[in-house]
This record gives sequence, structure tokens and C-alpha cells, in this order.
Amino acid sequence: MLKAMLGEAWLAMGANRLRTALTMLGMVIGVGAVVIMMAIGQGAQYAVQQTISTMGSNLFIVLSGSFTTAGVRSGSAGGPTLNVADGEAMAELDGVANVAPTHQGSRQLVYGAQNWSTQVVGTTPAYLEARAWNIVNGAGFGDSDVRSSTRVAIIGKTVAENLFGAEDPVGKTMRIQQNPFLVIGVLGSKGQNLDGRDQDDTVIIPLTTAQRKVFGTPFLGSVRMIMVQADSAEGMPKVMDNVTSLLRQRHRLREGTPDDFFMRNLSAAAESEAETTRTMSILLGAIASISLLVGGIGIMNIMLVSVTERTREIGIRMAIGARQKDILSQFLLEAVMISFAGCLLGLLIGLAVALGINLFTGMVIVISGSAALIAFAVAAGVGIFFGWYPAQKAAQLDPIEALRYQ
Amino acid sequence: MTESVIRVVGLGKSYATAAGLFPALKGVDLDIQPGEYIAIMGPSGSGKSTFMNLLGCLDTPTMGDYFLAGNNVAHMDKDALAILRNRTLGFVFQGFNLLPRMSLQDNVALPLVYAGVDKETRQARARELLGKVGLGQYAESLPSRISGGQQQRVAIARALVNSPRLILADEPTGNLDSHTSEEIMRLFGELNAEGITIVLVTHEPDIAAHAKRQVKFLDGQIISDHLTEHAPA
Repeated sequence: MLKAMLGEAWLAMGANRLRTALTMLGMVIGVGAVVIMMAIGQGAQYAVQQTISTMGSNLFIVLSGSFTTAGVRSGSAGGPTLNVADGEAMAELDGVANVAPTHQGSRQLVYGAQNWSTQVVGTTPAYLEARAWNIVNGAGFGDSDVRSSTRVAIIGKTVAENLFGAEDPVGKTMRIQQNPFLVIGVLGSKGQNLDGRDQDDTVIIPLTTAQRKVFGTPFLGSVRMIMVQADSAEGMPKVMDNVTSLLRQRHRLREGTPDDFFMRNLSAAAESEAETTRTMSILLGAIASISLLVGGIGIMNIMLVSVTERTREIGIRMAIGARQKDILSQFLLEAVMISFAGCLLGLLIGLAVALGINLFTGMVIVISGSAALIAFAVAAGVGIFFGWYPAQKAAQLDPIEALRYQ
Repeated sequence: MTESVIRVVGLGKSYATAAGLFPALKGVDLDIQPGEYIAIMGPSGSGKSTFMNLLGCLDTPTMGDYFLAGNNVAHMDKDALAILRNRTLGFVFQGFNLLPRMSLQDNVALPLVYAGVDKETRQARARELLGKVGLGQYAESLPSRISGGQQQRVAIARALVNSPRLILADEPTGNLDSHTSEEIMRLFGELNAEGITIVLVTHEPDIAAHAKRQVKFLDGQIISDHLTEHAPA
């Protein structure tokens, strides 16, 4: 029965090919638009998430605060108000996963005939853990290296390329300022951060080595920045509060005096960026869905015309024994078939266009199976929803009137 | 005595019009036995079309009872009527009423689709009946490829496909020339000879003369009901 009805629906669709094709076109454009927009939107989300994940999650930094000497105020991180002991105390707090005091600055690197200016980061092994940064070649340094201020360095990919070219950097000795450093590892690539800065253009060395040999800090043990990673995103506000009260207590700040440090939530910026792309992607999908709706209205329109044109046929079918539900399902099936065929075509065209965008503009696109599934479900839904009224109208015709219809 | 194929008791139908209720059929009694061949005659407006629609279960009466093969159909709902039409009746219309996009074979098989018969059986039965009306070689053609008389034969094949108790023919020769009309009437005669009950609506006396019994309608009532004097063999 179903097979016979499918065949009849196919015949009916073929009876007026141009009309069927134009009706289908509405669905093709609707589904195609949804597929393309979803691919672009999800691609943008994916790109942002990639960037966020390279930064490390649930991070915030504590910067040493400004201080005032004889009326001259320094900027943030201007004075040595934080120290390594502060960091060690923070690590004891609940909900803190990693604490990495860092001291960074721009320095010139020299290897053989090459030289390169880059950001030198003096820190502890916890830094790499907090940022989920792995070493692809060689090894990292340990806490003992920090304690004994060894002159070892882990370099980023950009540095490795510019300083060492095709050579394997591991085991080579380069100079930072005048001091020789043994390269012990090369970091995996992270690409750009949200500001567009190249995260791979960096050298990481033990904190104490950096302070003694590279930056020449006057107060050993004081740091300008401490990176803190919380266990979870939910725990972040609590951890930040606890760090604040801990530092105020340790720095003996009285009630009413301002903090002598700053805190900045790195993840919050990233979250808002992710939120923006999510909103954009929903917006794109919503606009595209409107064209799907218009396509559905096109189907309804044509089905109404079709029912009127085929009134006599409906009368004949009723006379020879078609029940109301037979007529109903016949017209419904036709609407769903047009909708489905349009959906399939729209899906293919949408995918092709999305791939083309990726190929020619390099824009990140993500094609998910769920998007295709949703498109199909929507097409079936649109077919049934917009086909229902015309089909109902056909099924409710009076057989005598319908037979008499010219 | 065998059970009547059709028994109509006080059957009436009124239509609501702007001028009030218009009684198209005013309480008709009629009994049709299996194997009968009846012509229903009368001018337009006499109520014969209304009567035919009621006999064909296309319409429901406003009064009286209609027993089709022993079942009272006067108060059945639309779907029950559809099933009854499908199983018990075969229709032949003045305008042939074949579906233009379907092959002749599919046209003939269509009632079997609604009866839920499987495809092989449908096709075999449709070919058998096309053969019976002498059009087996056109099974795959579209209705537009054959003449009016041939189309009416296909319509008769379609009416026969469900092995109905009764064939209702509404002006079956109205669109045909006299020669083709004769052929169609001969076919009805043969079917009746096989035992199929036929009810024929016509306003042409020489067509009605093919039937064995003639019933005349006027103003919504039966005015005469008699056997045909010179029924053809």
C-alpha cells in the first residue's frame, strides 16, 4: 500500500515538473542556507574554543600592585609587592590546581650567526601544567632546576624555527643576554591567542635563573605576576576571593587600605568571546530558518493548487473506495516527498558551498552530522505541517461534488 | 426467496436551499434481486441522480432505509461507506473517469490498492479484466491513447475488479456514438448473463431497452416499474 502510494506521489510530482522543481527550490534554498550558516557558526565557535583551550582553562593572574613613592605612582606590576612565598601559600588553598609565579620580559637570543628577540618567561614547572602545554621534543625542567637556578631553556616553535632553522635545537646552547642556556625542550604549537599574539614566540626558563641572570631583579624572591589555575570554572570566584583575603592578610593590609595587587580573570574574556560567537551562530541559524519557513509556505501554496486541480481525481478515488485517511495520506506524502527531495538537494548544495567557502577563504567550518539530521527532521516537519491543511481539505471533499467538478 | 441486493424503504433526500428544504426524493420503495438488470429513467430533476448517489453510497439519505446486501447503510459514517463502495459496488460513469496519468492496468487495479491487495495479485487481476473487455494489449498505455469507447471498457473493467455484487452505471453511453454505445451495452448484457446485477441510469429509451426491467422517476417519485417487453437475448 505504502509502496503504491509512494509511486503515485512520484507520478504526481512528475506530472508538473517545473512546478515541483520550483516548489522544491524553496526548500533547497532554506535547507542550504541553514546548513551553510550552521557550518560557519559552528566553525567560528570551534575556532574560538580552540584558541581558548590553548590558553589553558580556569586561569587568573595576580599582578603586583602599584605603589606610590614621593607622589609618583607606578603602574600595575610596578613594584615588588608579591613574592614566591605568596605563591606557595596560594597553592595551599582549596580549589587551586596550579600556581606559577612568573617573571617575563623581552630579550635578545643568539645562536651561532642567528639572533631573535622574544619574550622570556621565568617560571616554575606548574606554568606548563596550568596552560596545558606539552613538550614535543626533549624534556621540561623540574623544581630542582628552579631551586638551583640552572641555565636551561624550553623554546617555542617560532623561536626554534627562527633561531635554529632545520637544526634540532635540543642539546644546543644559545645565549640570552650574555648567558649561555642549554635548550632542553621544544614546546608544542599553540598558535595565536585571542589578541592575535603568537604564543609560540617564547622561551621558558626557571624562575630563579631568570631573576638572577636575565632580568637582574634587586629583591630575590619577589615576582610581578603569579598565574593561578582553579580546579573548575564554578570554583573560580571562590578561589579569587580566597586569594584576595589571603594576600591582604599576608601583606598586613588594614581594613580600608586598597589592595596592593591586581587580579585579572583570563578565562572570563575568553568566555565572553565564546558567548559572542555562540550568539552569532544562533542568529545565523535563526535567519536561515526563516527561508526554510518560506519554503514550507511555498509547499502549502502548491499543494492547495494541486488539490483544487485534482478535485475530480479525488472524487473518482473516493467513489472506488478511498477512505478519508487514504486521500489525506496521499497528499501528505506528496508534500513530504517534495520537502524531502528539496532537503536532500539543499543539504548537498549547502555542503558543497560550505566546503567551497573553506577552500577559497580558509574560514573554519564545521559540518556536523547533527546539523544534517536536524535539517531532515525539519524538512519532514515542514512537509507534514504545511501539507496537512491542503491534505485535510482534499480528504474532506464531498465525493458527489468532487465527481461533478469540471 | 433470495436476499435482495438492494432494498429501499421510504427513501428520501432533501436539500437545504435558500428557499427552504427542497425534497429531491420523496420516499421511494424499490427491491432489486440478484441478477437483475434495471434501467432507471426520467428527465433531469426527476430525482434519479439523487437516487443513484444514494444507491452508490456516495450520499446519505435524510429519511428512510437502504439495505445493501442486507446491511442498512442509511446511517453509516463516511469511512464505512467508502469500504462498502470498495467491496460491494462497481461504478461506471458517463465521463469514464479514468485517472489520466496512470496506465490502464494501474487504473483498473486502483480499487484493489484501497482494498489492501498485494501488488502481484493486483496486476494479475487487472490484466485478466483488461483481457476480458478486449483491451489486454493496451495494459501499459495511458487513457489518452485510446478511444472513448475503449476508455469506457477500461472503466467497466475497473468496476469489475473487486468482484462486486452490483454495478452502477450512470449514463454510461452518454458520451459515446451509437455504434460504440451498442458495444458497451452488449458488454453489460454479457456481464448480466454471468449473474452480475446491473443498475443503469439513462434518459435514452433505446439504451434502457437493453435492460430487463425499467423504472421511471418523476418529481422525486417512481411513476412506473415494469419489465421490458422485448428484452434482447
